[in-house]
Amino acid sequence: MTEVSGTPILEAPVAEGARDQHMVLNMGPQHPATHGVLRLVIELDGEIVVRLYPEIGYLHTGIEKTCEAKFYQQVVPLTDRVDYLGPMANNLCYCLAVEKLLGLEIPPRAQWIRVLLTELTRLNSHLIWLGTHAMDIGALTVFLYTFREREDILRIFEAVSGQRMMTSYFRIGGLSMEPPLDLFDRIQTFIRTFPEKIDEYSNLLTGNPIFRNRLKGVGYISAFDAVALGVTGPCMRASGIDFDLRRDMPYSGYENFKFNVPISTDGDCWARYEVRLIEMRESIKIIQQALDGMPEGPVKADAPKIVLPDREKMKTQMEALIHHFKIVTEGFAVPAGEVYQGIESAHGQMGYYVVSDGTAKPYRVHMRYPSFATLQALETMCQGRMLADVVAVIGSIDIVLGEIDR
Amino acid sequence: MTVTSAIALQGKAAVLDGLPEHPAVKAILAWNADALADAKFDRGELTLTIVPEQIRAAAATVQAAGYNFFEDMTAVDWFPSSPRFQLSYHLLSHAYKERLRLRVLVEEASPSVQSIVSVWPAANYYEREVFDLFGIRFDEHPNLRRIMMPDDWQGHPLRKDYPVEGYR
Repeated sequence: MTEVSGTPILEAPVAEGARDQHMVLNMGPQHPATHGVLRLVIELDGEIVVRLYPEIGYLHTGIEKTCEAKFYQQVVPLTDRVDYLGPMANNLCYCLAVEKLLGLEIPPRAQWIRVLLTELTRLNSHLIWLGTHAMDIGALTVFLYTFREREDILRIFEAVSGQRMMTSYFRIGGLSMEPPLDLFDRIQTFIRTFPEKIDEYSNLLTGNPIFRNRLKGVGYISAFDAVALGVTGPCMRASGIDFDLRRDMPYSGYENFKFNVPISTDGDCWARYEVRLIEMRESIKIIQQALDGMPEGPVKADAPKIVLPDREKMKTQMEALIHHFKIVTEGFAVPAGEVYQGIESAHGQMGYYVVSDGTAKPYRVHMRYPSFATLQALETMCQGRMLADVVAVIGSIDIVLGEIDR
Repeated sequence: MTVTSAIALQGKAAVLDGLPEHPAVKAILAWNADALADAKFDRGELTLTIVPEQIRAAAATVQAAGYNFFEDMTAVDWFPSSPRFQLSYHLLSHAYKERLRLRVLVEEASPSVQSIVSVWPAANYYEREVFDLFGIRFDEHPNLRRIMMPDDWQGHPLRKDYPVEGYR
Protein backbone atom coordinates (compact mmCIF):
# COMPACT_ATOMS: atom_id res chain seq x y z
CA MET A 1 0.00 0.00 0.00
CA THR A 2 1.32 3.40 -0.94
CA GLU A 3 0.22 6.25 1.26
CA VAL A 4 0.81 9.80 0.19
CA SER A 5 1.42 12.27 2.97
CA GLY A 6 -1.44 14.64 3.62
CA THR A 7 -4.93 13.92 2.45
CA PRO A 8 -4.93 11.82 -0.69
CA ILE A 9 -6.78 13.25 -3.65
CA LEU A 10 -10.37 12.59 -2.81
CA GLU A 11 -13.74 13.90 -3.72
CA ALA A 12 -14.34 17.60 -4.36
CA PRO A 13 -13.66 19.74 -1.30
CA VAL A 14 -17.17 21.12 -1.23
CA ALA A 15 -17.81 21.69 2.45
CA GLU A 16 -19.23 18.60 4.06
CA GLY A 17 -21.55 20.55 6.32
CA ALA A 18 -19.68 20.15 9.57
CA ARG A 19 -16.63 22.12 8.58
CA ASP A 20 -18.01 25.57 9.22
CA GLN A 21 -15.50 28.39 9.19
CA HIS A 22 -14.07 27.00 5.95
CA MET A 23 -14.53 28.87 2.72
CA VAL A 24 -14.69 27.26 -0.72
CA LEU A 25 -13.04 29.40 -3.34
CA ASN A 26 -13.32 28.91 -7.05
CA MET A 27 -10.16 29.81 -8.95
CA GLY A 28 -10.50 29.81 -12.72
CA PRO A 29 -11.29 28.54 -15.32
CA GLN A 30 -10.59 32.08 -16.52
CA HIS A 31 -7.72 33.17 -14.35
CA PRO A 32 -4.41 34.65 -15.53
CA ALA A 33 -2.31 32.52 -13.20
CA THR A 34 -3.74 29.13 -14.14
CA HIS A 35 -1.91 29.02 -17.50
CA GLY A 36 -4.95 28.09 -19.51
CA VAL A 37 -8.40 26.95 -18.56
CA LEU A 38 -7.78 25.17 -15.29
CA ARG A 39 -10.36 25.43 -12.55
CA LEU A 40 -9.31 24.89 -8.97
CA VAL A 41 -11.83 24.41 -6.19
CA ILE A 42 -9.97 25.38 -3.06
CA GLU A 43 -11.18 24.87 0.49
CA LEU A 44 -9.66 27.53 2.70
CA ASP A 45 -9.27 27.95 6.43
CA GLY A 46 -8.62 31.68 6.53
CA GLU A 47 -5.78 31.99 4.06
CA ILE A 48 -4.53 28.43 4.47
CA VAL A 49 -5.31 25.82 1.83
CA VAL A 50 -7.03 22.84 3.44
CA ARG A 51 -7.89 20.96 0.29
CA LEU A 52 -7.59 21.63 -3.37
CA TYR A 53 -9.39 19.96 -6.24
CA PRO A 54 -8.45 20.56 -9.87
CA GLU A 55 -11.39 20.48 -12.27
CA ILE A 56 -10.16 19.83 -15.80
CA GLY A 57 -11.58 19.03 -19.21
CA TYR A 58 -12.36 22.54 -20.46
CA LEU A 59 -9.96 22.05 -23.37
CA HIS A 60 -10.98 18.48 -24.15
CA THR A 61 -11.13 18.11 -27.91
CA GLY A 62 -11.25 14.32 -28.20
CA ILE A 63 -8.00 14.30 -30.12
CA GLU A 64 -7.46 10.59 -29.40
CA LYS A 65 -10.80 9.82 -31.02
CA THR A 66 -9.93 11.98 -34.03
CA CYS A 67 -6.68 10.05 -34.51
CA GLU A 68 -8.63 6.82 -34.99
CA ALA A 69 -10.34 8.30 -38.05
CA LYS A 70 -7.14 9.46 -39.79
CA PHE A 71 -4.34 7.75 -41.67
CA TYR A 72 -1.12 7.32 -39.72
CA GLN A 73 0.58 10.21 -41.50
CA GLN A 74 -2.42 12.50 -40.97
CA VAL A 75 -2.09 12.20 -37.19
CA VAL A 76 1.23 14.09 -37.15
CA PRO A 77 -0.35 17.58 -37.46
CA LEU A 78 -2.83 16.67 -34.72
CA THR A 79 -0.04 15.94 -32.29
CA ASP A 80 1.34 19.47 -32.69
CA ARG A 81 -1.73 20.85 -31.04
CA VAL A 82 -1.61 18.76 -27.88
CA ASP A 83 1.33 20.32 -26.09
CA TYR A 84 1.27 23.55 -28.07
CA LEU A 85 4.54 24.76 -26.52
CA GLY A 86 6.56 21.78 -27.69
CA PRO A 87 5.38 20.77 -31.16
CA MET A 88 8.60 19.00 -32.16
CA ALA A 89 8.58 16.81 -29.06
CA ASN A 90 5.01 15.68 -29.81
CA ASN A 91 5.92 14.89 -33.42
CA LEU A 92 8.99 13.00 -32.30
CA CYS A 93 7.17 10.82 -29.80
CA TYR A 94 4.40 9.88 -32.22
CA CYS A 95 6.78 9.22 -35.11
CA LEU A 96 9.04 7.06 -32.95
CA ALA A 97 6.06 5.00 -31.83
CA VAL A 98 4.83 4.36 -35.37
CA GLU A 99 8.37 3.68 -36.58
CA LYS A 100 8.71 1.12 -33.82
CA LEU A 101 5.52 -0.55 -35.02
CA LEU A 102 6.83 -0.56 -38.58
CA GLY A 103 10.35 -1.58 -37.61
CA LEU A 104 11.69 1.33 -39.63
CA GLU A 105 15.34 2.43 -39.50
CA ILE A 106 15.84 6.19 -39.48
CA PRO A 107 18.99 7.61 -41.13
CA PRO A 108 21.46 9.19 -38.67
CA ARG A 109 21.17 12.69 -40.10
CA ALA A 110 17.42 12.70 -39.51
CA GLN A 111 17.93 11.46 -35.97
CA TRP A 112 20.46 14.17 -35.19
CA ILE A 113 18.31 16.93 -36.64
CA ARG A 114 15.44 15.57 -34.56
CA VAL A 115 17.55 15.76 -31.41
CA LEU A 116 18.73 19.25 -32.34
CA LEU A 117 15.22 20.58 -32.87
CA THR A 118 13.72 18.77 -29.90
CA GLU A 119 16.26 20.42 -27.64
CA LEU A 120 15.40 23.80 -29.17
CA THR A 121 11.79 22.96 -28.39
CA ARG A 122 12.77 22.31 -24.80
CA LEU A 123 14.41 25.74 -24.65
CA ASN A 124 11.28 27.26 -26.17
CA SER A 125 9.06 25.61 -23.59
CA HIS A 126 11.33 26.46 -20.66
CA LEU A 127 11.49 30.08 -21.79
CA ILE A 128 7.72 30.37 -21.68
CA TRP A 129 7.68 28.66 -18.30
CA LEU A 130 10.29 31.06 -16.92
CA GLY A 131 8.58 34.15 -18.30
CA THR A 132 5.11 33.29 -17.09
CA HIS A 133 6.28 31.87 -13.78
CA ALA A 134 8.18 35.04 -12.97
CA MET A 135 5.24 37.12 -14.16
CA ASP A 136 2.89 35.26 -11.79
CA ILE A 137 5.23 36.06 -8.91
CA GLY A 138 5.31 39.73 -9.93
CA ALA A 139 8.59 40.01 -11.83
CA LEU A 140 7.09 41.30 -15.08
CA THR A 141 10.33 42.22 -16.80
CA VAL A 142 11.63 38.69 -17.29
CA PHE A 143 8.66 37.86 -19.47
CA LEU A 144 9.79 40.38 -22.08
CA TYR A 145 13.34 39.03 -22.01
CA THR A 146 12.38 35.40 -22.42
CA PHE A 147 9.94 36.16 -25.21
CA ARG A 148 12.72 37.98 -27.06
CA GLU A 149 14.74 34.75 -27.18
CA ARG A 150 11.66 32.67 -27.84
CA GLU A 151 11.08 34.77 -30.93
CA ASP A 152 14.52 33.74 -32.21
CA ILE A 153 13.63 30.07 -31.72
CA LEU A 154 10.28 30.51 -33.46
CA ARG A 155 12.05 32.14 -36.41
CA ILE A 156 14.29 29.09 -36.62
CA PHE A 157 11.20 26.87 -36.56
CA GLU A 158 9.64 28.97 -39.27
CA ALA A 159 12.75 28.67 -41.42
CA VAL A 160 12.82 24.91 -41.03
CA SER A 161 9.16 24.06 -41.39
CA GLY A 162 7.32 27.15 -42.58
CA GLN A 163 5.38 27.37 -39.32
CA ARG A 164 6.19 29.11 -36.08
CA MET A 165 4.28 26.86 -33.73
CA MET A 166 2.48 23.97 -35.42
CA THR A 167 5.54 22.68 -37.18
CA SER A 168 4.69 19.07 -38.21
CA TYR A 169 8.28 18.84 -39.36
CA PHE A 170 9.04 15.31 -38.22
CA ARG A 171 7.30 12.72 -40.31
CA ILE A 172 7.01 8.98 -40.07
CA GLY A 173 10.29 7.80 -41.56
CA GLY A 174 12.33 10.94 -41.03
CA LEU A 175 11.82 14.64 -41.70
CA SER A 176 9.51 16.36 -44.13
CA MET A 177 12.45 17.83 -46.06
CA GLU A 178 16.10 18.76 -45.85
CA PRO A 179 16.48 21.87 -43.63
CA PRO A 180 17.46 25.15 -45.36
CA LEU A 181 21.15 25.72 -46.04
CA ASP A 182 21.86 28.40 -43.45
CA LEU A 183 19.86 26.75 -40.67
CA PHE A 184 22.81 25.34 -38.74
CA ASP A 185 24.59 28.71 -38.89
CA ARG A 186 21.50 30.41 -37.51
CA ILE A 187 21.22 27.93 -34.67
CA GLN A 188 24.95 28.33 -33.99
CA THR A 189 24.55 32.09 -33.76
CA PHE A 190 21.62 31.65 -31.42
CA ILE A 191 23.30 29.28 -29.00
CA ARG A 192 26.51 31.31 -28.98
CA THR A 193 24.70 34.17 -27.29
CA PHE A 194 22.10 32.18 -25.39
CA PRO A 195 24.15 31.26 -22.27
CA GLU A 196 24.59 34.98 -21.59
CA LYS A 197 20.84 35.38 -21.84
CA ILE A 198 20.36 32.69 -19.20
CA ASP A 199 22.80 34.62 -16.99
CA GLU A 200 20.67 37.66 -17.61
CA TYR A 201 17.48 35.92 -16.40
CA SER A 202 19.38 34.52 -13.49
CA ASN A 203 20.65 37.98 -12.56
CA LEU A 204 17.11 39.28 -12.58
CA LEU A 205 15.65 36.46 -10.50
CA THR A 206 18.13 34.37 -8.51
CA GLY A 207 19.29 37.21 -6.30
CA ASN A 208 15.89 38.87 -6.15
CA PRO A 209 14.75 38.63 -2.50
CA ILE A 210 11.04 38.74 -3.38
CA PHE A 211 11.34 35.96 -5.94
CA ARG A 212 13.47 33.94 -3.55
CA ASN A 213 11.06 34.29 -0.63
CA ARG A 214 8.08 33.41 -2.76
CA LEU A 215 9.69 30.15 -3.94
CA LYS A 216 11.98 28.86 -1.17
CA GLY A 217 10.31 26.13 0.84
CA VAL A 218 7.04 26.56 -1.06
CA GLY A 219 5.30 23.68 -2.80
CA TYR A 220 7.39 20.95 -1.24
CA ILE A 221 6.95 17.39 -2.45
CA SER A 222 9.08 14.47 -1.28
CA ALA A 223 10.71 12.01 -3.64
CA PHE A 224 8.38 9.28 -2.42
CA ASP A 225 5.24 11.31 -3.06
CA ALA A 226 6.52 12.46 -6.43
CA VAL A 227 6.94 8.86 -7.61
CA ALA A 228 3.66 7.73 -6.06
CA LEU A 229 1.71 10.52 -7.76
CA GLY A 230 3.31 10.08 -11.17
CA VAL A 231 5.29 13.32 -11.22
CA THR A 232 7.97 13.28 -13.91
CA GLY A 233 10.53 15.51 -15.55
CA PRO A 234 12.12 18.51 -13.87
CA CYS A 235 9.61 18.38 -10.97
CA MET A 236 10.62 14.80 -10.16
CA ARG A 237 14.31 15.56 -10.51
CA ALA A 238 13.92 18.57 -8.22
CA SER A 239 12.68 16.11 -5.59
CA GLY A 240 15.82 14.03 -5.87
CA ILE A 241 14.89 11.22 -8.28
CA ASP A 242 17.78 10.83 -10.71
CA PHE A 243 15.98 9.65 -13.82
CA ASP A 244 15.91 11.08 -17.30
CA LEU A 245 14.66 9.08 -20.28
CA ARG A 246 17.16 10.78 -22.57
CA ARG A 247 20.03 9.34 -20.58
CA ASP A 248 18.53 6.20 -19.05
CA MET A 249 16.41 4.84 -21.90
CA PRO A 250 17.84 6.67 -24.92
CA TYR A 251 15.83 7.08 -28.09
CA SER A 252 16.50 8.78 -31.43
CA GLY A 253 20.27 8.63 -30.95
CA TYR A 254 20.47 10.36 -27.56
CA GLU A 255 23.06 7.78 -26.49
CA ASN A 256 25.57 9.67 -28.69
CA PHE A 257 25.32 12.85 -26.64
CA LYS A 258 27.01 13.77 -23.40
CA PHE A 259 25.11 15.88 -20.92
CA ASN A 260 24.41 16.11 -17.21
CA VAL A 261 21.05 15.60 -15.61
CA PRO A 262 20.55 18.25 -12.92
CA ILE A 263 19.18 17.02 -9.61
CA SER A 264 18.10 18.79 -6.48
CA THR A 265 16.86 17.27 -3.26
CA ASP A 266 14.97 20.27 -1.90
CA GLY A 267 11.71 19.43 -3.69
CA ASP A 268 10.35 22.98 -3.52
CA CYS A 269 9.54 25.59 -6.16
CA TRP A 270 13.02 27.01 -5.90
CA ALA A 271 14.58 23.61 -6.64
CA ARG A 272 12.36 23.26 -9.71
CA TYR A 273 13.44 26.73 -10.85
CA GLU A 274 17.11 25.88 -10.45
CA VAL A 275 16.81 22.48 -12.12
CA ARG A 276 15.14 23.97 -15.19
CA LEU A 277 17.72 26.74 -15.50
CA ILE A 278 20.52 24.16 -15.51
CA GLU A 279 18.53 22.01 -17.95
CA MET A 280 18.53 24.91 -20.38
CA ARG A 281 22.32 25.09 -20.21
CA GLU A 282 22.56 21.32 -20.73
CA SER A 283 20.27 21.58 -23.76
CA ILE A 284 22.71 24.04 -25.29
CA LYS A 285 25.49 21.48 -24.83
CA ILE A 286 23.42 18.89 -26.68
CA ILE A 287 22.62 21.33 -29.48
CA GLN A 288 26.32 22.20 -29.81
CA GLN A 289 27.26 18.51 -30.03
CA ALA A 290 24.52 17.92 -32.60
CA LEU A 291 25.80 20.80 -34.73
CA ASP A 292 29.43 19.72 -34.45
CA GLY A 293 28.84 16.09 -35.32
CA MET A 294 25.98 16.46 -37.79
CA PRO A 295 26.20 13.45 -40.13
CA GLU A 296 25.68 13.74 -43.85
CA GLY A 297 23.15 11.68 -45.74
CA PRO A 298 19.44 11.46 -46.41
CA VAL A 299 16.81 12.77 -44.00
CA LYS A 300 14.21 10.18 -44.93
CA ALA A 301 14.21 6.44 -44.51
CA ASP A 302 14.51 4.30 -47.61
CA ALA A 303 10.92 3.06 -47.55
CA PRO A 304 9.11 4.23 -50.70
CA LYS A 305 5.80 2.75 -49.63
CA ILE A 306 5.78 4.74 -46.36
CA VAL A 307 7.75 7.92 -46.94
CA LEU A 308 6.46 10.43 -49.50
CA PRO A 309 8.90 10.84 -52.44
CA ASP A 310 10.65 14.14 -53.16
CA ARG A 311 8.61 16.51 -55.31
CA GLU A 312 11.26 16.40 -58.01
CA LYS A 313 11.12 12.60 -58.26
CA MET A 314 7.36 12.60 -58.02
CA LYS A 315 7.13 14.81 -61.08
CA THR A 316 9.64 12.90 -63.21
CA GLN A 317 9.43 9.24 -62.21
CA MET A 318 6.46 6.98 -62.77
CA GLU A 319 7.07 4.79 -59.70
CA ALA A 320 7.47 7.74 -57.36
CA LEU A 321 4.22 9.17 -58.65
CA ILE A 322 2.43 5.88 -57.99
CA HIS A 323 3.84 5.69 -54.45
CA HIS A 324 2.86 9.28 -53.80
CA PHE A 325 -0.67 8.65 -55.02
CA LYS A 326 -1.00 5.45 -53.00
CA ILE A 327 0.27 6.98 -49.75
CA VAL A 328 -1.92 10.05 -50.03
CA THR A 329 -5.11 8.25 -51.01
CA GLU A 330 -4.81 4.92 -49.17
CA GLY A 331 -2.19 5.52 -46.52
CA PHE A 332 0.11 2.63 -45.63
CA ALA A 333 -0.75 -0.47 -43.67
CA VAL A 334 1.05 -0.89 -40.36
CA PRO A 335 1.62 -4.42 -38.99
CA ALA A 336 -0.71 -5.31 -36.14
CA GLY A 337 0.63 -4.85 -32.64
CA GLU A 338 0.91 -2.40 -29.79
CA VAL A 339 3.82 -0.20 -28.77
CA TYR A 340 4.50 2.34 -26.08
CA GLN A 341 7.14 4.94 -26.81
CA GLY A 342 8.28 7.35 -24.13
CA ILE A 343 10.39 10.47 -24.54
CA GLU A 344 11.53 13.17 -22.16
CA SER A 345 9.65 16.30 -23.12
CA ALA A 346 10.17 19.70 -21.51
CA HIS A 347 7.53 18.93 -18.87
CA GLY A 348 8.44 15.31 -18.16
CA GLN A 349 7.80 11.87 -19.56
CA MET A 350 5.62 11.93 -22.61
CA GLY A 351 4.41 8.66 -24.06
CA TYR A 352 2.45 7.48 -27.06
CA TYR A 353 0.67 4.15 -26.94
CA VAL A 354 -0.27 3.17 -30.48
CA VAL A 355 -2.32 0.06 -31.24
CA SER A 356 -2.51 -1.17 -34.82
CA ASP A 357 -4.93 -3.71 -36.24
CA GLY A 358 -3.01 -4.01 -39.49
CA THR A 359 -4.86 -1.30 -41.43
CA ALA A 360 -3.79 2.17 -42.56
CA LYS A 361 -5.50 3.92 -39.65
CA PRO A 362 -4.38 3.61 -36.04
CA TYR A 363 -6.81 1.50 -34.03
CA ARG A 364 -6.05 3.44 -30.89
CA VAL A 365 -3.69 6.28 -30.05
CA HIS A 366 -3.28 7.11 -26.40
CA MET A 367 -1.15 10.01 -25.29
CA ARG A 368 0.52 10.04 -21.91
CA TYR A 369 1.33 13.61 -21.17
CA PRO A 370 3.36 14.65 -18.13
CA SER A 371 1.21 17.57 -16.97
CA PHE A 372 -1.82 15.31 -16.51
CA ALA A 373 -0.07 13.26 -13.85
CA THR A 374 1.81 16.18 -12.35
CA LEU A 375 -1.46 17.98 -11.71
CA GLN A 376 -2.41 15.21 -9.28
CA ALA A 377 0.43 16.32 -7.05
CA LEU A 378 -0.81 19.90 -6.85
CA GLU A 379 -2.89 19.25 -3.74
CA THR A 380 0.00 17.63 -1.89
CA MET A 381 2.21 20.58 -2.80
CA CYS A 382 -0.27 23.24 -1.72
CA GLN A 383 -1.80 21.77 1.42
CA GLY A 384 -1.16 23.80 4.55
CA ARG A 385 0.25 26.72 2.58
CA MET A 386 -1.13 30.18 1.89
CA LEU A 387 -3.52 30.78 -0.98
CA ALA A 388 -0.98 33.07 -2.67
CA ASP A 389 1.46 30.15 -2.81
CA VAL A 390 -0.91 28.22 -5.05
CA VAL A 391 -0.06 30.65 -7.84
CA ALA A 392 3.66 30.09 -7.32
CA VAL A 393 3.22 26.31 -7.29
CA ILE A 394 1.14 26.24 -10.47
CA GLY A 395 3.85 28.26 -12.18
CA SER A 396 6.60 25.98 -10.93
CA ILE A 397 5.06 22.68 -12.07
CA ASP A 398 4.83 24.11 -15.60
CA ILE A 399 1.57 22.65 -16.80
CA VAL A 400 0.08 23.07 -20.25
CA LEU A 401 -3.67 22.62 -20.28
CA GLY A 402 -3.66 21.50 -23.89
CA GLU A 403 -1.84 18.34 -22.94
CA ILE A 404 -3.86 17.74 -19.79
CA ASP A 405 -7.25 17.80 -21.51
CA ARG A 406 -6.21 16.60 -24.99
CA MET B 1 18.21 -5.67 -17.69
CA THR B 2 18.11 -5.24 -21.45
CA VAL B 3 16.70 -7.62 -23.98
CA THR B 4 17.22 -7.29 -27.70
CA SER B 5 14.15 -6.18 -29.55
CA ALA B 6 14.55 -8.73 -32.35
CA ILE B 7 13.03 -11.72 -30.59
CA ALA B 8 9.27 -12.00 -30.51
CA LEU B 9 7.70 -14.43 -28.08
CA GLN B 10 4.05 -15.20 -28.38
CA GLY B 11 2.11 -17.00 -25.65
CA LYS B 12 2.63 -17.70 -21.97
CA ALA B 13 4.76 -20.83 -22.46
CA ALA B 14 7.11 -19.10 -24.90
CA VAL B 15 7.67 -16.14 -22.58
CA LEU B 16 8.21 -18.33 -19.51
CA ASP B 17 10.68 -20.30 -21.60
CA GLY B 18 12.42 -17.36 -23.22
CA LEU B 19 12.59 -14.92 -20.31
CA PRO B 20 12.72 -17.05 -17.15
CA GLU B 21 15.03 -14.56 -15.41
CA HIS B 22 12.92 -11.49 -16.09
CA PRO B 23 12.22 -9.86 -12.70
CA ALA B 24 8.53 -9.25 -13.37
CA VAL B 25 7.92 -12.75 -14.74
CA LYS B 26 9.73 -14.27 -11.76
CA ALA B 27 7.78 -12.18 -9.28
CA ILE B 28 4.42 -13.02 -10.83
CA LEU B 29 5.22 -16.74 -10.94
CA ALA B 30 6.44 -16.73 -7.35
CA TRP B 31 3.23 -15.00 -6.26
CA ASN B 32 0.54 -16.78 -8.25
CA ALA B 33 1.21 -18.51 -11.56
CA ASP B 34 -2.52 -18.91 -12.23
CA ALA B 35 -3.05 -15.15 -12.32
CA LEU B 36 -0.94 -14.95 -15.47
CA ALA B 37 -3.37 -15.69 -18.28
CA ASP B 38 -1.16 -14.91 -21.26
CA ALA B 39 2.11 -13.22 -22.14
CA LYS B 40 3.96 -11.88 -25.11
CA PHE B 41 7.26 -10.25 -25.90
CA ASP B 42 7.04 -8.14 -29.00
CA ARG B 43 9.12 -5.24 -30.38
CA GLY B 44 11.14 -5.20 -27.17
CA GLU B 45 8.10 -4.81 -24.95
CA LEU B 46 6.92 -7.39 -22.47
CA THR B 47 3.17 -7.75 -22.00
CA LEU B 48 1.71 -9.84 -19.20
CA THR B 49 -2.00 -10.54 -19.31
CA ILE B 50 -3.45 -10.78 -15.82
CA VAL B 51 -6.84 -12.24 -14.91
CA PRO B 52 -9.16 -9.34 -14.00
CA GLU B 53 -9.83 -10.41 -10.40
CA GLN B 54 -6.13 -10.25 -9.57
CA ILE B 55 -4.97 -6.97 -11.09
CA ARG B 56 -4.54 -5.10 -7.82
CA ALA B 57 -2.48 -7.86 -6.25
CA ALA B 58 -0.50 -8.25 -9.47
CA ALA B 59 0.22 -4.51 -9.50
CA ALA B 60 1.43 -4.69 -5.91
CA THR B 61 3.60 -7.70 -6.80
CA VAL B 62 5.39 -6.05 -9.72
CA GLN B 63 5.72 -2.86 -7.69
CA ALA B 64 7.58 -4.84 -5.05
CA ALA B 65 9.64 -6.47 -7.81
CA GLY B 66 11.11 -3.12 -8.85
CA TYR B 67 8.58 -1.66 -11.26
CA ASN B 68 8.17 1.32 -9.01
CA PHE B 69 6.69 3.93 -11.33
CA PHE B 70 3.18 4.00 -12.73
CA GLU B 71 3.51 5.70 -16.07
CA ASP B 72 0.28 5.25 -17.95
CA MET B 73 -2.98 3.38 -18.11
CA THR B 74 -5.59 3.29 -20.81
CA ALA B 75 -8.13 1.08 -22.52
CA VAL B 76 -8.67 -0.29 -26.01
CA ASP B 77 -12.13 -1.13 -27.28
CA TRP B 78 -12.08 -4.28 -29.45
CA PHE B 79 -15.76 -3.99 -30.37
CA PRO B 80 -17.41 -6.24 -31.55
CA SER B 81 -15.09 -9.03 -30.37
CA SER B 82 -15.31 -10.53 -26.93
CA PRO B 83 -13.98 -9.79 -24.36
CA ARG B 84 -14.56 -6.30 -25.56
CA PHE B 85 -12.19 -4.11 -23.54
CA GLN B 86 -8.49 -4.30 -22.94
CA LEU B 87 -6.81 -2.29 -20.19
CA SER B 88 -3.11 -1.56 -20.64
CA TYR B 89 -1.04 -0.52 -17.64
CA HIS B 90 2.42 0.81 -18.44
CA LEU B 91 4.82 0.52 -15.56
CA LEU B 92 8.38 1.75 -15.45
CA SER B 93 11.29 0.56 -13.40
CA HIS B 94 13.80 3.24 -12.46
CA ALA B 95 16.26 0.54 -11.40
CA TYR B 96 16.04 -1.76 -14.43
CA LYS B 97 15.39 1.14 -16.82
CA GLU B 98 12.70 -0.90 -18.45
CA ARG B 99 8.96 -0.87 -19.02
CA LEU B 100 6.37 -3.50 -18.40
CA ARG B 101 2.86 -3.70 -19.72
CA LEU B 102 0.13 -5.37 -17.71
CA ARG B 103 -2.95 -6.21 -19.68
CA VAL B 104 -6.42 -7.02 -18.45
CA LEU B 105 -9.32 -8.15 -20.62
CA VAL B 106 -12.76 -6.98 -19.53
CA GLU B 107 -16.13 -8.30 -20.65
CA GLU B 108 -18.68 -5.98 -22.20
CA ALA B 109 -21.52 -6.65 -19.75
CA SER B 110 -21.25 -4.11 -16.88
CA PRO B 111 -17.48 -3.76 -17.24
CA SER B 112 -15.65 -3.28 -13.99
CA VAL B 113 -12.15 -3.90 -12.66
CA GLN B 114 -10.37 -3.41 -9.36
CA SER B 115 -8.91 0.04 -8.90
CA ILE B 116 -5.15 0.18 -8.31
CA VAL B 117 -5.20 3.64 -6.72
CA SER B 118 -4.28 2.03 -3.38
CA VAL B 119 -1.08 0.70 -5.00
CA TRP B 120 -0.24 3.77 -7.09
CA PRO B 121 -2.12 6.97 -6.24
CA ALA B 122 -1.02 8.21 -9.68
CA ALA B 123 -3.60 5.89 -11.26
CA ASN B 124 -6.39 8.11 -9.93
CA TYR B 125 -6.79 10.42 -12.92
CA TYR B 126 -6.07 7.65 -15.41
CA GLU B 127 -8.83 5.43 -14.06
CA ARG B 128 -11.22 8.37 -14.05
CA GLU B 129 -10.33 9.05 -17.67
CA VAL B 130 -11.00 5.45 -18.69
CA PHE B 131 -14.26 5.51 -16.75
CA ASP B 132 -15.27 8.72 -18.47
CA LEU B 133 -14.31 7.82 -22.02
CA PHE B 134 -14.87 4.04 -22.04
CA GLY B 135 -17.42 3.49 -19.29
CA ILE B 136 -15.37 0.92 -17.39
CA ARG B 137 -15.96 1.08 -13.64
CA PHE B 138 -13.14 0.79 -11.12
CA ASP B 139 -14.14 -0.79 -7.82
CA GLU B 140 -13.02 1.07 -4.70
CA HIS B 141 -11.81 4.08 -6.64
CA PRO B 142 -11.90 7.06 -4.22
CA ASN B 143 -13.61 9.44 -6.63
CA LEU B 144 -14.95 7.79 -9.76
CA ARG B 145 -16.38 10.78 -11.63
CA ARG B 146 -16.16 12.03 -15.17
CA ILE B 147 -12.94 13.97 -15.73
CA MET B 148 -12.96 15.21 -19.34
CA MET B 149 -16.63 15.33 -20.30
CA PRO B 150 -19.31 17.32 -18.45
CA ASP B 151 -20.91 15.46 -15.54
CA ASP B 152 -24.25 15.11 -17.34
CA TRP B 153 -22.79 13.74 -20.57
CA GLN B 154 -24.46 10.72 -22.13
CA GLY B 155 -22.27 7.96 -23.52
CA HIS B 156 -18.56 7.21 -23.56
CA PRO B 157 -16.81 8.86 -26.51
CA LEU B 158 -13.81 6.58 -27.01
CA ARG B 159 -15.95 3.49 -27.49
CA LYS B 160 -15.87 2.25 -31.06
CA ASP B 161 -19.66 2.36 -31.40
CA TYR B 162 -19.64 6.07 -30.60
CA PRO B 163 -19.42 8.13 -33.83
CA VAL B 164 -16.43 10.36 -34.55
CA GLU B 165 -18.64 13.13 -35.92
CA GLY B 166 -22.31 13.94 -36.39
CA TYR B 167 -25.14 13.15 -34.02
CA ARG B 168 -24.91 10.47 -31.41
